[in-house]
Amino acid sequence: MTANTITITSGKGGVGKTTATANLAVSLASLGQKVTCIDGDIGLRNLDVVLGLENRIVYDLVDIVEGRCRLRQAMIRDKRFEELYLIPAAQTRDKNAVSPTDMIKLANELRDDMDWIIIDSPAGIERGFRNAIAPADEVIVITNPDVSAVRDADRIIGIIEAEQKGPAKLIINRVNPQMIQRGDMMDADDVLELLAIKLIGIVPEDEHVIVSTNIGKPVALDEKSRAGLAFRNIARRLMGDEVPMMNLELKDDIFHRLSKMFGAGGE
Amino acid sequence: MPGARFPIKGFKEGLLIKLGEGGWNVVQADLLEQIDERMDFFNGAKIAIDVDERIVRAAEMGAMRDKLSERGVNLFAVISKSSVTDSVAESLGISTHQTILREKDSIVKNMLSDGENAVLIRKTLRSGASVKYPGHVLVEGDVNPGAEIMAEGSIYVWGKLRGSAHAGIDGSDKEIICALELNPSILRIANIIKEFSKNKIKALKRKNQAQKAILSFGEIHITDWDEQNPLK
Repeated sequence: MTANTITITSGKGGVGKTTATANLAVSLASLGQKVTCIDGDIGLRNLDVVLGLENRIVYDLVDIVEGRCRLRQAMIRDKRFEELYLIPAAQTRDKNAVSPTDMIKLANELRDDMDWIIIDSPAGIERGFRNAIAPADEVIVITNPDVSAVRDADRIIGIIEAEQKGPAKLIINRVNPQMIQRGDMMDADDVLELLAIKLIGIVPEDEHVIVSTNIGKPVALDEKSRAGLAFRNIARRLMGDEVPMMNLELKDDIFHRLSKMFGAGGE
Repeated sequence: MPGARFPIKGFKEGLLIKLGEGGWNVVQADLLEQIDERMDFFNGAKIAIDVDERIVRAAEMGAMRDKLSERGVNLFAVISKSSVTDSVAESLGISTHQTILREKDSIVKNMLSDGENAVLIRKTLRSGASVKYPGHVLVEGDVNPGAEIMAEGSIYVWGKLRGSAHAGIDGSDKEIICALELNPSILRIANIIKEFSKNKIKALKRKNQAQKAILSFGEIHITDWDEQNPLK
């Protein structure tokens, strides 16, 4: 077994990196995959909260790197899936406590025992981001369809290319079809035209996401949530499945298709 | 084995280390050894390395920066005579002589020549990319919002210009800026500035029409490519 190491990053904060990491991790785990997710946001950890594992942290990433515990001791097993683990970030240290070399070493140690390693990158383009992409086989950039998030995504895609980790793949998160129809939001084609990388999913805006974060149960576990379905589909695409929605999403009339999906719009 | 010792100079921004001949791995190992031997001196230092004509790949430069960073040394600039190395440095967010040491002629030789120079960039310049060139700049690709081009000559973009462009940075007012889709955030020719504030979402929907910007009577004018120059 050799794990595929994926880093989820965005440049801008608050666009949904942690939500995407948690949801892809549980979606892959529900498909029977062995998954470890790593919170790369040292000093501002929150992947543990989104996964509902915050009360079980004894050791963290920095403890592993500094030799205070073994790798296995810091891996928190999820309550819902036997083969889903979290390596939490340290909350009391900063990004410089870990180096890119440490992250590569850590991922290599995990690789043989896992199918997927998913790393949640911090916002920004500094040390924490470079730590997070150092071990990546593949980088997923997540953005929102707004001008500032897309600009930051563009910057980060350029850096990923320069670090020879490209080409990155794209998730567009928090898409609101009503706003697109009113001309108040870029649509997926506008975003894709500028960023020019492969799209692997469009996630609609969904208030279930906020509820799910608060109760520590990723939205992908909620059968009723549209965003949850979108994340489950992305996980299947990562597994190599041809999920038909992908083709629909790439069409010009994404609004109509999404709005049909929502049962909204004027049709 | 005692490695080569590279000469170190102090200047306003930090330390400048001139790397010698040899393969990159050897040179890097020598430099790190030199730093490890004088950890107290180097800890917390900001350094620029002079790689001369050497072409340094992104992975090599990134690894060097990380190894230096682990030793508490901040690699903030790479001085090079290769435009390839310059653009690698800039894409990694590391300064080059063009951004930091332009005036320091004693350290960096000015590479300008009197004739017409041009550089061809065959990729899309993404946000954060910055190109500065003592001549004309041609881009085969887009210039995205947040990217900038500064040229002593004119700027030609075979693609969409959505970032910022400054032609004639040394004051030449005969330079032009043109693009297959001219939709910039800001344009400058010589010392004249033109801002473009508009609905960014709608701007993305504009039809392709090659356009050029020229300076006439102290203002930047934008015309379709095939329109007559109003000056003539």
